Amino acid sequence: MSTLFAADEAKRLLDAAIRGEMPDERGRFGPFGGRYVPETLVPAFDRLEAGVKEHLHASDFQAEFQKELREWVGLPTALTFAPQLSKAWGAEVWIKREDLAHTGAHKINNAIGQALLAKRLGVKRVIAETGAGQHGVAAAAACARVGLSCSVYMGAVDMERQAPNVDRIRRLGAEVIAVESGDKTLRAAIDEAMREWVTDPDGIYYLLGSAVGAHPYPYLVRELQSVIGREARQQMLDQAGGLPDVAFACVGGGSNAIGLFYPLLADDIELIGVEAGGIGDGLGENAATLATGTPGVLQGSYTIILQDDDGQVQETQSISAGLDYSGVGPEHALLQAIGRVKYISARDNEALEALEELCATEGILTALETAHAYAAAREYAKQNPGKRILIGNSGRGDKDMPTLSQLPARTRRYEGA
Amino acid sequence: MKAHERLSAAITAATDLGRTALVPFITAGYPEPKDFIATLQDVASVGDVVEIGIPFSDPMADGMTIQRSSFIALQKGVSLKWIFDQLDSASGEIDAPLVIMSYLNPLLAFGFDALAERSLAAGVCGFIVPDLPFEESDDLRAALEARGLGLIQLVTPATPDARLKKLCDASRGFVYAVTITGITGGGAGLPTDLADYLAKVVSFSTIPVCAGFGIRAAEDIAAVGLYVSGAIVGSALVEVLERGEDPKPFLKSLIR
Repeated sequence: MSTLFAADEAKRLLDAAIRGEMPDERGRFGPFGGRYVPETLVPAFDRLEAGVKEHLHASDFQAEFQKELREWVGLPTALTFAPQLSKAWGAEVWIKREDLAHTGAHKINNAIGQALLAKRLGVKRVIAETGAGQHGVAAAAACARVGLSCSVYMGAVDMERQAPNVDRIRRLGAEVIAVESGDKTLRAAIDEAMREWVTDPDGIYYLLGSAVGAHPYPYLVRELQSVIGREARQQMLDQAGGLPDVAFACVGGGSNAIGLFYPLLADDIELIGVEAGGIGDGLGENAATLATGTPGVLQGSYTIILQDDDGQVQETQSISAGLDYSGVGPEHALLQAIGRVKYISARDNEALEALEELCATEGILTALETAHAYAAAREYAKQNPGKRILIGNSGRGDKDMPTLSQLPARTRRYEGA
Repeated sequence: MKAHERLSAAITAATDLGRTALVPFITAGYPEPKDFIATLQDVASVGDVVEIGIPFSDPMADGMTIQRSSFIALQKGVSLKWIFDQLDSASGEIDAPLVIMSYLNPLLAFGFDALAERSLAAGVCGFIVPDLPFEESDDLRAALEARGLGLIQLVTPATPDARLKKLCDASRGFVYAVTITGITGGGAGLPTDLADYLAKVVSFSTIPVCAGFGIRAAEDIAAVGLYVSGAIVGSALVEVLERGEDPKPFLKSLIR
């Protein structure tokens, strides 16, 4: 699907988004979003929403949050010019280095922000879900930092392919709960975390890791992650002497992408989100939700999802656990519907090639998730020579070594494009 | 009589006889799709209202039993269309008014108007949608009410009074009082402080109230029956069916 709206309506919605009026009072981004949760959780969501309103933009909360971002997370992360990659692609490539943030990915921005919020809301215990394990690590670290106990739900399939992160989560003092139900990946982990939350809506804070789910999560996560785009924008002006022509970010649930894109919406910058193309175009062979999905309700939000004609949510396929998700944040659904952001996909093998190229040219081992953004950017550069390209390098690839180790190491022999 | 009034009437008919109405829940097509109608007829021969669960890929409000039954039914090809076709074929041969319990997405995919139309023809009188809070329910409610079908609201021990009043007023057929703070199929037993909560729900409602979640045996029904008109039995019945046993003796054992 491309644009859902007539041009004037699309412009009205984009202007509203730029003015900060999305989501609206009911948690809607145009037609998308909302709050589809069990009745038991309605009071908990009401309290969370009130807590977000009270604290998120209060000066004392912001002072504490910004201090933690600076002194504990290590922000601002660098903006790195990529000379070899630029040469190979015939472009000017800049990399926003979220891999340099504490715990190795952008996830920590959201985790520490929500952990600080949870502390203020006076909860006893934090639960979180994780796909690639990066959010699990970030949540565990953030909870240790602010002094809250933490349990992380993780699909059994993901525990196997992201084993190093399972161990990291445990060493950071959190409990890892294996999820054997459903598809045993991120979606099942979210379902299971919701089930746990329902048992103690007053005592538990659910630290959701992506810009998905019921209102106010897509808003809350975007606000906490927008630091990525604000920093990148200023750094481009300072270091590159101007804004990029185009910006790329990988999209699973879409937290790093919305964090990068949201502060750039008003600029004349082409924005491209890259989903997991998996092993093919068929239903169940990829996680290209926006490219191939249809509107529906999944895990609390009306958004674009991968489903069959009966409304059953379909399993996904991707080499990257962090993109392996059947839904996507509702704000991305809107940005696609109004034509502001283009969403495309890159396949497993293309992502792997891009990962190896980046290793060889710039000495950066990026996450498999992030590698999808590079694959798409490389293809774009071929079609559009001489562009200034910004890539959101959402995380580092150390966690992917179990997957990468099973593949032949081609990096040393890499000869350039 | 509107379809949702048939639900209220069936429950009231039981209480008029001095007993608590029994509302059994089955997952459609579980354990075997070919036995769906026969199972439904058996269950409806004892139950006063029967709740039919539509299998869904992401049953986030359900415990292991319903998750498992839902997953297997889906694997065996059960869909809402198939369920309506089956119900149509058995029209007039089911002894209780029916309620569909479904997560929202399969209903969205079916289309609300088509859903209401086929429901009315198939003897379905109301809907329970566990992931559709009141605030998001205008469209479905309008489509159902246009044909006299009821959207049954769930209320929980966590529901504040003002909201409880609003939900009781909006509910049609009966009010579904969730007994526990948790998911379906809880094995921990009913909470001991149910009395005040259930009595409050009853005092707020002008239609019958049925209690559900964690109700597994006759003593549970006796406990909630002190306050409410009906009891919903889900996971415990699905477990009986899972073991391949006849549901009738189990259901009869629940009625005292």
